[in-house]
Amino acid sequence: MKSKWYGLAPLLAATALALVSPVAAQTPPNVLIVGQIAEPASLDPHVSTAANDFRIAVNIYDGLVRNTSGTLEIEPALATDWTISDDGLEYTFNLREGVSFHDGTPFNADAVKFNFDRMLDESHPFADTGPFPLSFFFSSVESVEVVDDLTVKFTLNEPFAPFMSNLASPTGLIVSPAAVEQFGADYGRNPVGTGPFKFEEWQSNTRVVASRNDAYWDGAPALEAAIFRPITDANTRVAEMLSGGIDVLLETPPDNVAQFRDDANYQVVEAVGPHVWYVMLNAKEGPFADVRVRQAVNYAVNKESLVNDVLQGTAEVSAGPIPPAFNWAYNEDVDPYPYDPDKARELLAEAGAEGASVTFLVTEGGSGMLDPVPMGTAIQADLAAVGLDVEIQTYEWNTFLSEVNPGLEGKADMAEMAWMTSDPDTLPFLTLRTAAFPAEGGFNSSYYSNPEVDALLDQARLSTDPEERAELYKQVQAITHEDAPWLFVANWKQNAVVTSAVGDFELQPDFSLVLRDVTKQ
Amino acid sequence: MPAYIAKRLLAAIPVILGLSIIVFLVMKLIPGDPAQALLGSYATPDNVERINRALGLDRSWPEQYVIWIGNLLQGDFGRSYILNRPVLDEVIERFGATLVLAGASLVICSVLGILAGIVSAVRQFGWTDRIVTFFVLIGISMPAFFLGLVFILFFAVQLKVLPASGMYAVYGGGDLPDLLRHLILPAGTLAIVATGVVARLTRAAMLEVLRQDFIRTARAKGLSENKVIYRHAFRAALVSIIPVLGIQAGFVLGGAVYIETVFQWPGLGQMLVKAVSTRDLLLVQGGVLVAATVYVLVNLLADVAQAMLDPRLKA
Repeated sequence: MKSKWYGLAPLLAATALALVSPVAAQTPPNVLIVGQIAEPASLDPHVSTAANDFRIAVNIYDGLVRNTSGTLEIEPALATDWTISDDGLEYTFNLREGVSFHDGTPFNADAVKFNFDRMLDESHPFADTGPFPLSFFFSSVESVEVVDDLTVKFTLNEPFAPFMSNLASPTGLIVSPAAVEQFGADYGRNPVGTGPFKFEEWQSNTRVVASRNDAYWDGAPALEAAIFRPITDANTRVAEMLSGGIDVLLETPPDNVAQFRDDANYQVVEAVGPHVWYVMLNAKEGPFADVRVRQAVNYAVNKESLVNDVLQGTAEVSAGPIPPAFNWAYNEDVDPYPYDPDKARELLAEAGAEGASVTFLVTEGGSGMLDPVPMGTAIQADLAAVGLDVEIQTYEWNTFLSEVNPGLEGKADMAEMAWMTSDPDTLPFLTLRTAAFPAEGGFNSSYYSNPEVDALLDQARLSTDPEERAELYKQVQAITHEDAPWLFVANWKQNAVVTSAVGDFELQPDFSLVLRDVTKQ
Repeated sequence: MPAYIAKRLLAAIPVILGLSIIVFLVMKLIPGDPAQALLGSYATPDNVERINRALGLDRSWPEQYVIWIGNLLQGDFGRSYILNRPVLDEVIERFGATLVLAGASLVICSVLGILAGIVSAVRQFGWTDRIVTFFVLIGISMPAFFLGLVFILFFAVQLKVLPASGMYAVYGGGDLPDLLRHLILPAGTLAIVATGVVARLTRAAMLEVLRQDFIRTARAKGLSENKVIYRHAFRAALVSIIPVLGIQAGFVLGGAVYIETVFQWPGLGQMLVKAVSTRDLLLVQGGVLVAATVYVLVNLLADVAQAMLDPRLKA
């Protein structure tokens, strides 16, 4: 019996050695392996809603326009230039000549029309390849007309200034009509665009491979290929980075950022994003119906400590509903409320709200919510220090949304929320207008109402002059800061860690991941 | 025996059907729906309604359930709302990965557990028994996900000898050695608790058998101790060990849920966790149904094996 075992031993030892031989140099040269936060749901940019998917999509597709690298300003992409009619209702685009989709079919005005009709017209032959959750970005589009092969005209049913920003968002990326016709509902797993990288392969839960498009109109990228690898667990993502399995680590947990910052083998890359994390305050009933109490909580909460201690410096203190990432529309003169508990107590006393009890809805997690439970309890502690008795109710994200979105009335006084948007209009328009109360189909769940803000926002939507729009948003910022419909907390700085072999890596303010200029040794 | 198997298989049908109703109702009763999960912050009532209409979720519950079952009988599990992909494709792919992981763990825990149990029983109260019992208790009491993290830190991050996660290397690889290399840590972690349980029960079963008369007879006949233990005692003990292995098979399938998450193993457990949180109804139903069916089959297999070993159970 024993002798048999001894005979097996060398074989077993050899197998074990072969299996555990060092896995160094795992990532090949000139191929970038990106550790993504999840498996993509779909690479059809019209079907997808997740930043995770868009990070891949922006490398496979182009839109008519795009954001200039590092900003949220519009520059030409598949359209070389455009004209907007004086009434703001007609947008005419001249398209780039000689561009082909990766499947060899030509990009032209017909393709543009196909893309938008598929999303917007329920009787379109390929409307059933959806659903198209974010198609409402373009709900103001009345019709898309092919003027000639390289000219396309959009007619809107009302002037809508955010239209250009929405065209530059991932939902505005242009897909190959021929590929949609070929793959139907499975198009999302067989994406074809005009972008710097061509889709090669999607192996479920293992990788999405995109290779260099040598014929890219804007110059072929340096990388031979980009591989996107889903690693949902944040700890595992960090472990993969440390063990050399990936070159790019996205959404580093705050607790690990410092570790990478101190290590010369890695670079931490950060960028502000159009993100706002806030606590809405029920202005309809309870203590927050009084503006002084709303201001008081803004003074009472130590936001510096929130972003530096709880979020470990991965966010900045926010001053209002428009994040600084929209640099052209951001009001530099509005400073965040300082941490001043005495002032808070004073305001509470004036309003007669000392010792008031309030209910605070907190979510366990969710898109853009950062670290919602520790942030909620930190806020609770700061408010307790000025004499407000805060009762926290915690919900899972989907349940949370179905509690909060129909409105806080009769339920709660405060609720956490976060948004990432592509235009300064989106957030205030959907959450701060009187006409956006939940009963009207909006997200103004805390019932803030100020006719002046309503008028400014309506006007900003109609104006096609960027400077005039910027001025209007700056006023919105100043007024809402004073009215304090929310406890303004943080603007998230997105981060990524890359190895020292990676060059020219930049994060974009729109949360996309543009790899066309990235290099790897 | 075939009649017995057929009877057991028929009995499984109402179990699986009932399960499908429970899963369907639970998914309906928890707040939030796929449209809400898809739209996130953009979930206005208008948008939610539009998406629900596009997904066919505006119909009544019984109607939705009947449509689902009807399609199922024709082999159509539907399309995942969130992944926008046929449910069956996803479930089969994921289930394959889970079977590899659970199968490897089951082999490890059976072999190690049985060996440890036998050694322990034969040397009852001796040093070997004490040492084995000590490690078995540690294995049983240690949360597997924690152990998994420790293994990742040690073998992948510090020593860099094993991959930290995944089933295949993301670049190159894809062959059997690559798979085995990726399998060592997750399968080992998952097997540890199960090994403890198998060892404890094997020890008990062996002790029970070793006390019986026929063992004394065998020894009296002058058979070598190895023959007595492995040919006579172990065979008899197998009758009570096999059903335990059946239960352990279910256990490793269930335990795979968190191990798959820690090690990013692309299995069914990881899929179900995500599908529940995104309210991906058809995917959850399809996944649970397949897992339940396999669970029933594995237990049936264990029962059949037991019946074959123990003539008294043949009924």
